[in-house]
Amino acid sequence: MSVEGAANIAPGQAPNGAAEAIHIENLHKKFGDLHVLKGVSLSARDGDVVAIIGGSGSGKSTLLRCINCLENPTSGLIRVNGEEIRLKKDGHGHSVPADRRQIERIRSRLGMVFQSFNLWSHMTLLENVIEVPVHVLGVKRDEAIATAEKLLARVGLAEKRDVYPAFLSGGQQQRAAIARALAIQPRVMLFDEPTSALDPELVGEVLKVIGDLAREGRTMILVTHEMKFAREVASHVIYLYNGQVEEEGPPEQIFGAPKSERLKQFIRSIG
Amino acid sequence: MPAVHPSRRTKLSDFLAAVFGHGTLGLLALEPPGRGSFLLLGLMNSIMIAVGATILGLTIGIAGACGKLYGNPVIKDLCEVYTTLVRAVPELVLILLLYFAGTDLINRVLAVWGYPPADINGVVAGIFVLGVVQGAYSTEVLRGAILAIPQGQIEAARAFGMPLMLMLKRITLPAMLPFAIPGLANLWLIATKDTALLAIVGFNELTQTTRTAAGATKAYFTFFMAAGALYLALTLFSNLILGRVERWARRGLPSVGGAA
Repeated sequence: MSVEGAANIAPGQAPNGAAEAIHIENLHKKFGDLHVLKGVSLSARDGDVVAIIGGSGSGKSTLLRCINCLENPTSGLIRVNGEEIRLKKDGHGHSVPADRRQIERIRSRLGMVFQSFNLWSHMTLLENVIEVPVHVLGVKRDEAIATAEKLLARVGLAEKRDVYPAFLSGGQQQRAAIARALAIQPRVMLFDEPTSALDPELVGEVLKVIGDLAREGRTMILVTHEMKFAREVASHVIYLYNGQVEEEGPPEQIFGAPKSERLKQFIRSIG
Repeated sequence: MPAVHPSRRTKLSDFLAAVFGHGTLGLLALEPPGRGSFLLLGLMNSIMIAVGATILGLTIGIAGACGKLYGNPVIKDLCEVYTTLVRAVPELVLILLLYFAGTDLINRVLAVWGYPPADINGVVAGIFVLGVVQGAYSTEVLRGAILAIPQGQIEAARAFGMPLMLMLKRITLPAMLPFAIPGLANLWLIATKDTALLAIVGFNELTQTTRTAAGATKAYFTFFMAAGALYLALTLFSNLILGRVERWARRGLPSVGGAA
């Protein structure tokens, strides 16, 4: 977006100049009787690194998964790249996307990285990385391969391009999954506890890759248990408790001078 | 160790000759008066029907499995009725039903529209009948295999905005293949032998041609042993191919139990 000046701020353009990438307002999510998200709001402008922290069951993964409609929110507003996700009620009263095409278009610009990597097991790393560019975004195959090779080199896996995921360590798989997400040239990267399934000695290599991305100004939303890392890379931290935002602010405030008693306790407990 | 007396050997060959019938092995020759070429023709027909039925069955099976897993309630029920009915009725009954009743039905419909009765091609009818049967069993094999795919891989495809049909082609079907191959290999081997059931409607597959040849020459043992050997050869060849297909389908999966 190249709109300049306050006179003609485009929809989705935040007042301070950086365009709004993700905007969530009063989001509710119920699984049957279980009320997981109770009116959460969140906003990320281009270049923001938003870290979502909280105990297990606080709803932080659900919140992230609502952004690309892997979970359909029960109510509330989600805007991605200035485009509001349209939802409707199905025959059972569940809310579902009103326009499948819209969801597919939005998803293909959000680079999701999962806790358990979720690489496609029947494809080599290179095939995993070029799959979405070639078959969803219509990039020419040789161009996609050239990009994929650069990305794999960037995450330190250039020589593993023809290996199948099952023959690699968790850390290598997660780095490949990050390359796969980067290959779609995402507007926003979504990380869902990217290091929680890794052996402790493999966490560092993955955090290094994510940290580099944050430092080069990529917009990302990161659900994590790595408090030290969140403090280091995040521009904004959200502490979720029981489906609500208990406290949020810049990392220095959240980790240095927490106000809420629950957050103090949470930080102490996680050490 | 006492040496076998030469006369005992003669007796053994005499015994075999007596069992098969004197000079009957010559009847397997490809040139007349040998009837080997008939048997091979029957085998080719059997293979043709098995291949056709398997392709039709896989097509129905993919549609059926997707219908059962992702369809709306009406489609789910229809798929359930199909698999239940087809798997409940003996194949022989289905063959008689679909072949005779089916032909009759088609001709009646043609008559209503003022067309002369059609002669239903035996190969097409055979492929159709066995394909419908295979389809019911494949539906369940494929449904199980799709359910065995780690859900995260499907979720990743959704998260990157893959449309449903593309996901089916690029992710779901290739990822379920290693789990489906053993069941599908079973179905293929069953299909090769189910072609024998078509003998009942007079189709010239291997069993029917064998029966004709044996009846004409009275060399029953020779011809049925030969037919058995041909079925065995087909199975061994199939195993070879299926083994390769399975190894290819499992290319991304580590071997089980530390075996090389």
